[in-house]
Amino acid sequence: MTIKIAVIQFPGANCDLDAVHVLKNVVGVDTSLVWHNDFKESNFDGVILPGGFSFGDYLRAGIIAAHSPALDEARIMLKDGRPILGICNGFQILIEAEFLPGALLQNESLKFVCKWVNIKVINNRTAFTHRMKKDDVLAIPIAHGEGRYYTDNLKELEENDQIVFKYSTEDGSFNSEANPTGTLENIAGICNIEQTCLGLMPHPERASESILSPKQTTDGRIIFESMIEFIKRRLT
Amino acid sequence: MEQSEYKIEISLENKPAARDPVAETIKRDLLAKKGYDQVSKVRSGQYLRLILLADSEEHAKEIVTKMCNDLRIFNPVTQNLNIISVKKI
Repeated sequence: MTIKIAVIQFPGANCDLDAVHVLKNVVGVDTSLVWHNDFKESNFDGVILPGGFSFGDYLRAGIIAAHSPALDEARIMLKDGRPILGICNGFQILIEAEFLPGALLQNESLKFVCKWVNIKVINNRTAFTHRMKKDDVLAIPIAHGEGRYYTDNLKELEENDQIVFKYSTEDGSFNSEANPTGTLENIAGICNIEQTCLGLMPHPERASESILSPKQTTDGRIIFESMIEFIKRRLT
Repeated sequence: MEQSEYKIEISLENKPAARDPVAETIKRDLLAKKGYDQVSKVRSGQYLRLILLADSEEHAKEIVTKMCNDLRIFNPVTQNLNIISVKKI
């Protein structure tokens, strides 16, 4: 059984090669970088929409990529439960393609925020977090200008257990200091109701090797390992 | 019916519920600091001007409204679509 993952490249993507590197060389899974117009879902068991920019992020971050044929292909994967991971701009694309609810607005500070933060696991039953414990705190970097999550239906999100990660302090408490962007309820990542599609603003591909982490951590790797484990279980 | 060109101006305005830090900064750090304290409210948004073929002003509005809804030109969670003007050119 060979698991195949696609990392979709939109014009302006700049974390695509990092994601491919981590999947291929760190996690050790067959991974292809696929130009967005060439993506065919039937060849893959899971897909990653990487970070960076797409189409200049004109109009709103992710909206033009959301209309790319690649997202029509990804929608087929969404329907049959194959895992879809959107990182940073990939999260913005998943929101604009309506795979995930809500909106990602400009950071409250109006600044691009680039730093290592902590996120706490709120839901560890998703395809991407089942190898973590609830309330685990992960060290992971963020780098974005439009990551302030907003929804007019927070109650539904909570009731459906769709909040996956929240920004927290290192010891796992929530306060405004731990919230880097003014995001609603410290939300850093959410999933669909079926828990097979995750969007998050932080960059797990930049937190998967100890040499890249100020604390020599590899917390981001667990997201990819969970995804691959989920696919293995699905296929057997 | 013969079609004509229409110029349509639309704005995508942020809904009141979502905070609008761009507008807050303009009001607090520019207008108020420079003495324009008579300004009580600012909201920011995006502006688009389109020229399109349509049968009538109503038809032009219909096309633009459908287009904006179908393609999510505005995010309905946080923005409203406002047609500012429609003029035959």
